[in-house]
Amino acid sequence: MEIKQFYREIVNEHNLHPMHKGRMEGPDLVLRGVNPSCGDDIILQLKLNGEIIEDAMFIGTGCAISQASVDMMADQIIGKTKEKALEMAQVFMGMIKGNITDEAELEVLDEAAALQDVSHMPARVKCAVLGWHTMQEILNNPEKSEKLS
Amino acid sequence: MEENIYRKDFPFFSDNKYIYLDNAATTQRPKVVLDAICDFYKKSNANPLRGLYDLGIEATNRYEQARERVAEFINASDSSEIVFTRNTSESINLVAYSYGLSNLKEGDEVVISVMEHHSNILPWQFVCNNTKAKLIYLEPDKNGVISRKEYESKIGKKTKIVSIGHVSNVLGVTNPVKEIASYAHKFGAVVVVDAAQSAPHKKIDVRDLDADFLAFSGHKLMAPMGIGVLYGKKSLLEHMPPFLRGGEMIEYVTRDSATFAEVPHKFEAGTVNAEGAVGLAKAIDYLESVGFDTIENIENELTAYLMDGIKDLKYINTYGSINPSEHSGIVTFTIEGVHPHDIASILNEDNICIRAGHHCAQPLMQFLKVGSTARASIYFYNTKKEIEKLIYSLANVRKVMGYGD
Repeated sequence: MEIKQFYREIVNEHNLHPMHKGRMEGPDLVLRGVNPSCGDDIILQLKLNGEIIEDAMFIGTGCAISQASVDMMADQIIGKTKEKALEMAQVFMGMIKGNITDEAELEVLDEAAALQDVSHMPARVKCAVLGWHTMQEILNNPEKSEKLS
Repeated sequence: MEENIYRKDFPFFSDNKYIYLDNAATTQRPKVVLDAICDFYKKSNANPLRGLYDLGIEATNRYEQARERVAEFINASDSSEIVFTRNTSESINLVAYSYGLSNLKEGDEVVISVMEHHSNILPWQFVCNNTKAKLIYLEPDKNGVISRKEYESKIGKKTKIVSIGHVSNVLGVTNPVKEIASYAHKFGAVVVVDAAQSAPHKKIDVRDLDADFLAFSGHKLMAPMGIGVLYGKKSLLEHMPPFLRGGEMIEYVTRDSATFAEVPHKFEAGTVNAEGAVGLAKAIDYLESVGFDTIENIENELTAYLMDGIKDLKYINTYGSINPSEHSGIVTFTIEGVHPHDIASILNEDNICIRAGHHCAQPLMQFLKVGSTARASIYFYNTKKEIEKLIYSLANVRKVMGYGD
């Protein structure tokens, strides 16, 4: 897919009208994720119910790819177990790095699989994985959770 | 301007589809430079400064002739005042580590400006942290101008080093380095000029500026990557300790001690970058054959054309002076609602190469209150047609990003 088409058909809707952007009341886990090369700067907020991710939201600023990607991610991980979300993150990273191309394997990502084209845009890989990387960090190291200022 | 007569000198332009507008990052190389590098290896290759055979002497001569060419280029009094480094960053680090660490103490002040490239910030942060000297920032006004009042209020008795960019890599503005140097010298401070963005565009005269040190990179003026220059007044260089230690920078070595070679060799440890120096000398020949007047005329005309072309696109904001001739070919901008990295990706699809990000000048980005910006930077080999294509692509960016206009 051409880049302009990729923006029009996949990125823009989530970037301009994110469904999961905003400040969460009483989050259980909060972590800031920064991509210094782009200046993408997000704060991911998760609400947990035992092993289940009950809600996911983000605030912050960044390029359209980073913002759309984290919004899609939030959409996909709500209602999943932490374990499942981490498994999805692995698949997403593999897809963006071009290591996973098998459609059946990508199915677990649902809509987020639409970002596969980023694997052909090496300069934008960090933007696309920022949200997923931040989620991995906080689920694997919950002690790193920050206060929402 | 019809046809650009210089483009044919660059193999790069005959053989690809790109519209290259990232010249503040690095430039393209003319064939004469590429040939000079090849010629060195084909005819004169030996390790300079060592061999006692004719070939070694030939290699040494070519390396040292390049040093003389650089001295002449910036009007240094003597070629021994030219130290070859890898780039501007290394040149400034050399001054910071060698001069800075051995001359600064608690209570002293180092003055730089908010618009410096990180390569002229981080070495001073390091030196100040290690010597407990204080790092002071000059603040420009919103157009990027450092006023006389500003530098006179920050430079004083405690100031030991003033290190200032000649031309900002973001705003393109030329700083009053000569005036700042003259004022700083009243207090006995040493003045370092970062000429990375000025040397490709305007005549540098180190004696007229009265710079104590001046640094620039070869690759930004059509020379190979990996060759840079540090000019230093001989009286200063002679009293400075070496930066790196090793081969061919010594006079005499025992098991426990060493005495060092004379300047500039004291600062050039290890096998030198002879091909880079030879390429740099040829790039300077080429640059001067084009002439700084021509370079400035073409750049100013293209910059004016670009600034005029995007003026009516109301979602585009530009930074720096409203006068195109005060930009050194650099036009930094943002598009409302669009992140600069998205701009760069969209332009990339049209084969247009621009820079997006913080341009290694994060304190300036904070000062401008932007996270990052996009930057088109022009050199004399660019054409009006290329600028037209850039304007056309920029006019479409917001539509691609899902906005109505």
